[in-house]
Amino acid sequence: MTDQERIAQAWAQVRSVNDPELPYLTVEEMGMVRGVRVDDDQLVVTITPTYSGCPATDVIAEDIAAAVQAVDTNAHVEVVLSPAWTTDWLLPSAHEKMKANGIAPPQGKSADRAFLTGQGKVVPCPSCKSDQTTMVSAFGSTACKAHFKCNACLEPFEHFKCI
Amino acid sequence: MTEAQHFEAVLRLGDDALVLGQRLSTWCGHGPILEEDIALSNIALDLIGQARNFFTLAGQLENQGRDEDALAYFRSDREFQNHLLVEQPNGHFGDTVVRQMFFSAFALDRYAFLARQTVNADVAGIAAKAVKELHYHWEHAAQWVIRLGDGTPESHQKVQDSVNHLWAYTGEMFTPDDVDTACAEAGLMPDLPELSSTWRDKVVACLERATLTVPEDGWMHRGGKQGMHSEHLSYMLAEMQVLPRTYPDATW
Repeated sequence: MTDQERIAQAWAQVRSVNDPELPYLTVEEMGMVRGVRVDDDQLVVTITPTYSGCPATDVIAEDIAAAVQAVDTNAHVEVVLSPAWTTDWLLPSAHEKMKANGIAPPQGKSADRAFLTGQGKVVPCPSCKSDQTTMVSAFGSTACKAHFKCNACLEPFEHFKCI
Repeated sequence: MTEAQHFEAVLRLGDDALVLGQRLSTWCGHGPILEEDIALSNIALDLIGQARNFFTLAGQLENQGRDEDALAYFRSDREFQNHLLVEQPNGHFGDTVVRQMFFSAFALDRYAFLARQTVNADVAGIAAKAVKELHYHWEHAAQWVIRLGDGTPESHQKVQDSVNHLWAYTGEMFTPDDVDTACAEAGLMPDLPELSSTWRDKVVACLERATLTVPEDGWMHRGGKQGMHSEHLSYMLAEMQVLPRTYPDATW
């Protein structure tokens, strides 16, 4: 098997790995997978963690390693911190799947600092689509999400923070 | 900048993040409201994540086989080089948010510098992530200081007392020692006296919005960076380290 074929097979495996906290998203859709390469005849998958302290990172690295080891028993995962992960790297399909699962996806680009105060930025309710929503707390059930409520349908919901 | 100073500078970044992260983590289950319980725990998690990255890097720089756990769990109080501010007890919620506001204003600028410097690319990578997290920490703490200061007479007085008490721990952050100076000259770390003016502007603006009085600069505590700590750190470390020290081979 050529290196290209092994890398293609490894990618197919990587694409099967889901995020443990957002199980309807793959790690690829999360924008965490930087690449797959062959190094010294071993497959190496590089990933970038979303948040410094995200407890899911270790699990994700283990899941990816286990999946890719189906192609190469010596395959391993390398964590790359720079450049830092940003919500700009989420694939468009991730935004759609978040909405379908009741989470408002990041609005706009991470360079926009308006997300910090929740002001000047409309986060539509994922249930009723109303623009009349309020941030309850910038910190939600996981580091990557903020806690919102909808003033129209009164449903609480989570917003995947722009970072 | 010697290799030892390079190591110490990175270790200090980890120590500040770990000690404050550990302090905040003990709010878990005790927050005044559910949202704050979650927020403080999330901030603790960010800080502990930053500490892990810095300790791993420090261990590599030192090249003596110490990993993140060895640096976090198997050093004594005198070997920690965090600022005295971050080890101060949680106190009441006002004490916690004032401590967080003072430190976040400083850490935000420090990380912004570290993300830009080109002396150590690994430090820049960790800082580039951390600076985004710190924007949230700063905003959260500042909003609470404003809400409590500009709240009821009781909340105003309580948070003013917190500000007055913790103010004496802020000078240390801007007082360089040999390690700070050597690393600043090498371009790895920021010039601390320079950071002091932007810190002051931000903090004073926050205190004024909170209708609080900015304390007069007086005598400032120092010594944390040299391992001379307040008694509080030792108790905190004793609790944090008891399990790995009792069962050094424990895994979880």
